[in-house]
Amino acid sequence: MIEERFDAIVIGAGMAGNAAAYTMAARGLKVLQLERGEYPGSKNVQGAILYADMLEKIIPNFREDAPLERHLIEQRFWMMSDRSHTGMQHRSDDFNEEKPNRYTIIRSQFDRWFSKQVQGKGAVVICETTVTELVRNSDGKVIGVRTDRDSDVIFTDVVVLAEGVSGLLGTRAGLRPTPKPDHVALAVKEMHFLPQETIEARFNLRGDEGVVIEAVGSISKGMTGMGFIYTNKESLSLGIGCLVSDFAEKGETPYGLLEAFKKHPSVAPLIQGSEVKEYAAHLIPEGGYKAIPELFGDGWVVVGDAAQLNNAIHREGSNLAMTSGRIAGEAIFQVKSRRDPMTKANLALYKKMIDDSFVMKDLKKYKDMPALLHTNSKNFFLTYPDLVSKAMDNFLRVDGAPKVEKENASIRSFIKQRSLLGLFGDAFKLARAWR
Amino acid sequence: MATEFARVEEKLYQNRYIVDAGKPHIVIEPHTTPSKNLLAMTKVCPAGCYAENDLGQVEIIADGCLECGTCRILLEPTGEITWSFPRGGFGVLFKFG
Repeated sequence: MIEERFDAIVIGAGMAGNAAAYTMAARGLKVLQLERGEYPGSKNVQGAILYADMLEKIIPNFREDAPLERHLIEQRFWMMSDRSHTGMQHRSDDFNEEKPNRYTIIRSQFDRWFSKQVQGKGAVVICETTVTELVRNSDGKVIGVRTDRDSDVIFTDVVVLAEGVSGLLGTRAGLRPTPKPDHVALAVKEMHFLPQETIEARFNLRGDEGVVIEAVGSISKGMTGMGFIYTNKESLSLGIGCLVSDFAEKGETPYGLLEAFKKHPSVAPLIQGSEVKEYAAHLIPEGGYKAIPELFGDGWVVVGDAAQLNNAIHREGSNLAMTSGRIAGEAIFQVKSRRDPMTKANLALYKKMIDDSFVMKDLKKYKDMPALLHTNSKNFFLTYPDLVSKAMDNFLRVDGAPKVEKENASIRSFIKQRSLLGLFGDAFKLARAWR
Repeated sequence: MATEFARVEEKLYQNRYIVDAGKPHIVIEPHTTPSKNLLAMTKVCPAGCYAENDLGQVEIIADGCLECGTCRILLEPTGEITWSFPRGGFGVLFKFG
């Protein structure tokens, strides 16, 4: 039984929770962090790419001892048909800098390190403890939590809900709705282990250099989705995800998609001979700006995936989680410093600060994109990749047919599949959603 | 070839779990005919926890659950399942995540 009273209780030890707990503990607040897993990271799943800038704002010298896998020097984007991929890639030696911008990480290892830093700042971290209830006073203000350890209430001035995309507490307390099936993607992922030198040879890497491959097309069978391969030091993170609403409608199995992705002729040689050591699944918030719930109230704030803060277009989730956690921590510290109560009016500072940050500005920029990709998923993920593959085949195959005829055949097949109006309409809608 | 898995159960063997025996964290409400979404879970659940029995009803064995929350998204709002997190320390424990 915990009789102390805390300045803040953070629920969850993922990116958002750790950033919030670290920020507040480093400023002298009395922080309790509760995590349901056996250790921080044991329930957390991500691709995973770490964006250095957002972590630097919290722990500037993290590169000294954080468990980082590879810094990224190359991005490959693949548009896939059943037997081909047409790609675009960017590789630059400029990414081999003294303080690289992006790294691959392995979440359970990284989160354990992050939690050690949180504990080093004086926060109390208790694992193997599921919070079962937010406790409110007669005015409705959140004043504490109950856990599955015992029935006593642990009291606090403010609760930071960093409970992740599947967070139950906030929805059960009526603070936000359960995410809708077309606002979340289900991703499955395997960890494929290979010798370090094999990874470096197959992906054209030296030392700690790393590559990201992101793939769309026939691999998602017409659903809104994406496949990925990330290079770690001695392993590859390989996975695929699609909207939950699409899965439910199509009745595809996620593991079936994953196995088909692994067998694709463009992927199979990259993972040949690998040993799989884990299979994970996770939801990814995809609803964007329009799906963001109320972020604060009397005695509580919500951060990270639980608040649907994910930029689905740029694949940035963990850095929005870290940044929202940090900003929430800073806002709570400011309210506390003024000796003001943690009321809804005072915690509105968190919303104001996050509105002024890149988090909301980026999400606002792409506010129309999630719906567009969803309503046009068959065209964007099945028809176009297939047409591009045929056009490339037509362009490259030398068979004695005059070039002008081949070009016209490619154009005709585009129009036949999607109509001229449909093509222009899609291009226009895409451009407008991007701007 | 890379490791291939013919069945989802073979994938789950790679994972570490501490099962809270006798305390399933997901329970399906009794039904005679499953809804479209409940039936879809027999395909969509990434751990293959949901299965149709001989009577055409959907059953769950949640021991291999990956705690992704997909079934909660599809079935909790209609009250077809009750979904909680496992007790602290139990359930899937990711080595890599």
